[in-house]
Amino acid sequence: MNMELSRRAFLRTAGAGLAGTTLGAMGFGAVEEAMAAAIRPFKLANTTETRNTCTYCSVACGIILYSKGDLRKGERAEITHVEGDSDHPTNRGTLCPKGAALLDIIHSKSRLQFPMLRKAGSDRFERVSWDEALDKIARAMKDDRDANFIATNKDGVTVNRWTTTGFLAASATTNETAWCTYKVVRSMGIVAFDNQARV
Amino acid sequence: MTNAWTDIKNTDLVVIMGGNAAEAHPCGFKWVTEAKANRGAKLIVVDPRYTRSASVSDYYAPIRQGSDIAFLMGVINYCIQNDKVQWDYVKAFTNAAYVVKDGFAYKDGLFTGYDETKRDYDRSSWDYVIGEDGYAVVDDTLQNPRCVWNLLKEHVSVYTPEMVNRICGTPKDKFLKVCEMVAECSSKTKTMTSMYALGWTQHSKGAQNIRGMAMLQLILGNIGVRGGGMNALRGHSNIQGLTDLGLMSNLIPGYLNIPTEKEKDFATYMSTRGFKPLRPNQMSYWQNYKKFFVSFQKAMWGKAATLENDWSYSWLPKLDVPSYDILRAFEMMKNGQMNLYFCQGFNPLQAVPNKAKLAEALGKLKLLVIMDPLETETARFWENHGVYNPADPSAIKTEVLQLPTTCFAEDEGSLVNSGRWLQWHWPGGSPPGEAKTDSAIMAGVFLRLRDLYAKEGGAFPDPIVNLDWRYADPKEPKAEELAKEMNGYVISDVMDPADPTKKVLEAGKQLASFGLLRDDGTTASGCWIFTGCFTEAGNMMARRDNSDPDDTGMYLKWSFAWPANRRILYNRASCDIDGKPWDPSRKLIEWDGAKWAGYDVPDIAPTAKPHDVGPFIMNPEGVSRLFTRGMMRDGPFPAHYEPFESPVVNVVAPKIKGNPVARVFKDDLSQFAETASPEFPYAATSYRLTEHFHYWTKNNHVNAVLQPESFVELSEELAKEKSITNGGWVRVWSKRGSLYAKAMVTKRIRPLTCDGKTIHVVGIPIHWGFIGAARKGFPANVLTPFVGDANIETPEFKAFLVNLEASSGPATS
Repeated sequence: MNMELSRRAFLRTAGAGLAGTTLGAMGFGAVEEAMAAAIRPFKLANTTETRNTCTYCSVACGIILYSKGDLRKGERAEITHVEGDSDHPTNRGTLCPKGAALLDIIHSKSRLQFPMLRKAGSDRFERVSWDEALDKIARAMKDDRDANFIATNKDGVTVNRWTTTGFLAASATTNETAWCTYKVVRSMGIVAFDNQARV
Repeated sequence: MTNAWTDIKNTDLVVIMGGNAAEAHPCGFKWVTEAKANRGAKLIVVDPRYTRSASVSDYYAPIRQGSDIAFLMGVINYCIQNDKVQWDYVKAFTNAAYVVKDGFAYKDGLFTGYDETKRDYDRSSWDYVIGEDGYAVVDDTLQNPRCVWNLLKEHVSVYTPEMVNRICGTPKDKFLKVCEMVAECSSKTKTMTSMYALGWTQHSKGAQNIRGMAMLQLILGNIGVRGGGMNALRGHSNIQGLTDLGLMSNLIPGYLNIPTEKEKDFATYMSTRGFKPLRPNQMSYWQNYKKFFVSFQKAMWGKAATLENDWSYSWLPKLDVPSYDILRAFEMMKNGQMNLYFCQGFNPLQAVPNKAKLAEALGKLKLLVIMDPLETETARFWENHGVYNPADPSAIKTEVLQLPTTCFAEDEGSLVNSGRWLQWHWPGGSPPGEAKTDSAIMAGVFLRLRDLYAKEGGAFPDPIVNLDWRYADPKEPKAEELAKEMNGYVISDVMDPADPTKKVLEAGKQLASFGLLRDDGTTASGCWIFTGCFTEAGNMMARRDNSDPDDTGMYLKWSFAWPANRRILYNRASCDIDGKPWDPSRKLIEWDGAKWAGYDVPDIAPTAKPHDVGPFIMNPEGVSRLFTRGMMRDGPFPAHYEPFESPVVNVVAPKIKGNPVARVFKDDLSQFAETASPEFPYAATSYRLTEHFHYWTKNNHVNAVLQPESFVELSEELAKEKSITNGGWVRVWSKRGSLYAKAMVTKRIRPLTCDGKTIHVVGIPIHWGFIGAARKGFPANVLTPFVGDANIETPEFKAFLVNLEASSGPATS
């Protein structure tokens, strides 16, 4: 690796002023250029580094995301590389076979792209807009809640619960998302509320 | 975890039982390696399989899955019989000396008060004798036959090495070797750590498995010290945070409770939450419950939560059953009592037991909403995939909305690791396609629903239309805004009662600690245990100073740990009754004559005098509990119960099947195999592989290459008996379903002998499904029984019965 780097550095310098050098005078210019072109450029040159945490287990290894483009400058950013964060006290740069392959889960072919609807009895998903999707959800919730909300029990005690709609929350979302989710779900009186910690 | 990953390096003995850290938490396991290399620590692994954790252990002992309580009570019995007890700790810091009511007893596998029809106990006798002074009666000499210590001694006496061998199948010499190694840690200067995971939780008595080890750790004096503790190796990256934030049927963030129907008003609700100390001078920190609760209500409903309306107490739902957990939800769904269901980053068709039942249940919904970064089997439960997912789409009327979300790499915020560190992360990439953050989706749903209620009215709109939603962009609350709200802030100025010109708290400021929370509506906090994570000093979760004075492993300036940035819970107990460290070489904090100070944030009031105030500040006793009073449904001491599907009869209580108080739905009962069933003779268990993470990484090309295909693991002896060849197909079936997989014939599993009977163990990795980059396969939940732990309903994935045979594989392969 070091050898390759030093050779690359040498070639870059050499290529810059090739015409005026002894090598150029000896007619090796084209060969050198071809060699320089064949060497892969630095993978991480001109990437943006972002601190993140592995999405899998709760060891919570520190990772660094390398992206082309910088979100902080309002650009589109594509993550091109992920590696362990050597400053992190827990993992000190190491990653397991899952963490080491994180790039492929970010860019998995199974990543969802668009809101999709599967209609009753259909054998396929069809694309819908976000507005259609969210309107449909809100309407369905409103109708179900209004029809099935239990304000008081048989003894007349106020219970304000909604049992016919349930919500399963995630395990890898942030605390902030979880709190946002909690507020929304609880405000509606949903009691069939659970998360992946159950299993 | 009571401790942290980085603290494991401080231990002398690691016991991995109920987990497999080397394979499931590899980068955390490195701290075990550190302890072995630098301290000469030993590693014990107790597991049905000779796992990779076992392969680097100093001692391995096999055990039949589902018999951990017998093993652990056996170790406690050994320690008591051989006087391997950290006596100063036990006497000062546990309830060993507390005298228990006369009515309490244990006989034939049952505690006092059992009602067979209700499958529940009247737990009123499971408590202390209260003296005339209002405090619990104690006998410091431990002579009273009714004191906890003597009851415990009697309770564990049945679990002799011979009995442990009969129940667990662990050879007597191996069990005794483990006992000897563990017992050495009763020394004040030797420490043991317990590392466990779903191998203990996924049982119908999972909570009692963990209690069993916690009791042992207390007897050895290993709670609150460096290199000790009860260390739950949590599974997903924020499963700890989701639990802390109470995203469960019966919880409010910070381990507060949703009211039940019996608590008709706020006064009634608070009447059982006084947490009056049970001994003089004790902190009994839950006495502050009302401050946490009112501050939560203010975070939810802001100005609308007032003293006059009991802080909107009635806006919270009240439960008529202990919980509407995931098992109950699917039971209701199957019975047509659930119409809409949301799955946010959760794939229950793979993750909940009894896949056939789950698919039937999902087919009865009107609308299923999926929020996920990835394709899931749940989203496509209606799609026909032959043997892997037989379905007739035309007959399934459920509508499914599948919404694309961002993943970790595109989202900002904090995650809580196993060691309770809240670590902030930043987005590095743009989301694919039209994917949105979960917060944006939740906001989108909420704002629409709020509008509909504002326009149309309808069923009790108050908690919806009054939800505090003051975000800069209501359509997408920012992570920092939400974090500040969780931390808590001052709503209105609070003046010093001694000097009315002086402000104690200033409106609009972030709170620095939960000690400042108030029950008069002047403070708001979404999750009191997180207070301190985002203060006027900024985002404490984003701190990245990895300095560690004297290499203690505490890293106080790295991120923020709840509660109060404390890295080791109960750390007052690292010192003796005088406040001096048990082991000076492992000092954590100490009493300097005026205050507590040291390497960690003291887990006690800084000026609480050592002789006066006990270390277990959340308990009204001020000490820890070897006897849990009526706090657990299945007993104040753990007792051995077989799994609901067991290859053997319960030796200590032959009449009892499973856990006598675990909830079982009627239709599921008929789907359990008989005890010692000749139809289902093999003891199965499920587990994870290093190369895969649940049902996610089969969508990852690299991991799909590393472990492309499902398999089941069985012993050479069983393979020979059933004419199964390594690499050949087998069919495995339970009373609930059937799967095909390749056979991995291995030396890692050996037959056990339990009470004279040969028990074959079959191992079933969980990772396969009909979606993704790996080959199609069957998830383990095709086979597993639909029953949960008696206290918290975690399904019994780790012990069930199957049969198996050599096969030519699925017809479609």
